[in-house]
Amino acid sequence: MQKEYDLRKAREETGARFYQRAGFLRLASFALFALAWEIAGRVPISFAFPTFSDTAVALLTMIASGELPRAYVSTLQPLVLGVVLSAVIGVTLGVFCGLWRLAEWITIPVFVVLQAAPVAALIPLVTFVYGIGLLAKTLAVVILALPVVVLNAYRAVGNVNTTLIAMCRSFLGNRRQEIAKVILPDASPVIFAGLRLGVAAGFVGVVLAELLITPTGIGDLITFHRSRADYAEMYATITSIIALSTLTLIGLQRIEVRVFRPEKGGR
Amino acid sequence: MPADAAVASRPGAEMAAADVIVAVRGVSMVYGSNVEALRDVDLDIPRGKLTSLLGPSGCGKTTLLKIIAGLLEPVAGSVHVDGKLVIGPGPERAFVFQDFALLPWATVLRNVAFGLELRGMAKAAREEVARRYVREVGLVGFEDKYPHELSGGMRQRVGLARALAVDAEVLLLDEPFSAVDEQTRRKFQEDLIALRATEKKTFVFVTHSIEEAVYISDRIVLLSPRPGRIDAVIEPEIDRSGAPDDIRRDRHYLDTVEEIWHGLKKYVG
Repeated sequence: MQKEYDLRKAREETGARFYQRAGFLRLASFALFALAWEIAGRVPISFAFPTFSDTAVALLTMIASGELPRAYVSTLQPLVLGVVLSAVIGVTLGVFCGLWRLAEWITIPVFVVLQAAPVAALIPLVTFVYGIGLLAKTLAVVILALPVVVLNAYRAVGNVNTTLIAMCRSFLGNRRQEIAKVILPDASPVIFAGLRLGVAAGFVGVVLAELLITPTGIGDLITFHRSRADYAEMYATITSIIALSTLTLIGLQRIEVRVFRPEKGGR
Repeated sequence: MPADAAVASRPGAEMAAADVIVAVRGVSMVYGSNVEALRDVDLDIPRGKLTSLLGPSGCGKTTLLKIIAGLLEPVAGSVHVDGKLVIGPGPERAFVFQDFALLPWATVLRNVAFGLELRGMAKAAREEVARRYVREVGLVGFEDKYPHELSGGMRQRVGLARALAVDAEVLLLDEPFSAVDEQTRRKFQEDLIALRATEKKTFVFVTHSIEEAVYISDRIVLLSPRPGRIDAVIEPEIDRSGAPDDIRRDRHYLDTVEEIWHGLKKYVG
């Protein structure tokens, strides 16, 4: 009994140590990256490439002065709007196409073409039609984010485990229960993979829009600091948007595990 | 008691025929345009017995089971369960799947209760029923585990408990032990015999193992391959009151296995 208890305690401690070590490894990996950046900046590999420390200082200064928060207020509007629209419309449309043959025939080819096309080339066209306001920028986000969300949701539903559907039918599940209790949870990992790609594409879209349509928000900061050769500020801006994008993706993964696939949390 | 009763009621292919729960009439099945899986199958399955569908792969035994389950529609013929024409799945039948078909995102308890969940039973009530069957199949302590945390044998116990929980009269088992290792399989067969004594249900069991069929069945239906037809019906008269190992050494058990093997040999190779 005592021995068993000791074993369990030992295992728990090993577990705790593992988590501490995973955290430590993450930190070490970040430190290593920062160090490599610092060295590359000091060599320097290019006069336009700032050191890690200069960039970090620039980032903090820009946050403190309110320059960066102000830019994000304007960038986040089309970004959040576009990503939310793409997620809602994309998942709905994709699931619908996966379930219904006619919708599939009408809709899917459009998105296959859109996904294959170099969409950035369409952004000047968007400006031509919709001007330079919030609508045009939101549209740029949607154009980039929507196809991958739709196509992933559609494929996820098409590849649902057929035995599970047969099981649901054999236990007298109706079509609504089949969709809600079997198809959607089974498809959710691929749907969420599409959402993550869509969110990442949305970030690309908003930066492209702010660089190509009119310089506002983050795009404006990047252009402005580049034109003044404030490379540390420029890199700080770029780093901040990469960090935001990464954190958003991690958050999305957490939601997926919590809401749809609790069994993956313990792994 | 159960053993004597079983032996006494045995001289009754006729008697059993008097109480047929599943009646298959003239069922044919064709996949695509030219793969003939079943041709004109007539079969009566007696109530309260364990009937095995046995045959080499490709004989359409799983197809026949799925037609009885209402998961497949035959191209010709009909199936009646308790006098009612089968047009789809029904509450009087429950299916146990070869590859378990458990929801990977649901705990053991929710999986076992899933059939009741689909019928709209309240959560507390269905979980109470599920707990009873979790106990019956020997999975106490695993209620909150997910399928990927269980062994193959334990997963199939969940599948069996789910089928038992909906209290169907006919249990349809599609090679339930084929994805399970040999030791687990034997234990499972013994448990199934014990389960039959407590649950007064009709079992229809698909297997390709002659030993398994003879060991557990009251009646074995031999199917011939391509197209599947009924070759013979055998009622092994084995006294199952003894210890499991005695049964596996029983003369009659060994003779029946041998007899079926000779019958099937012509279809193999």
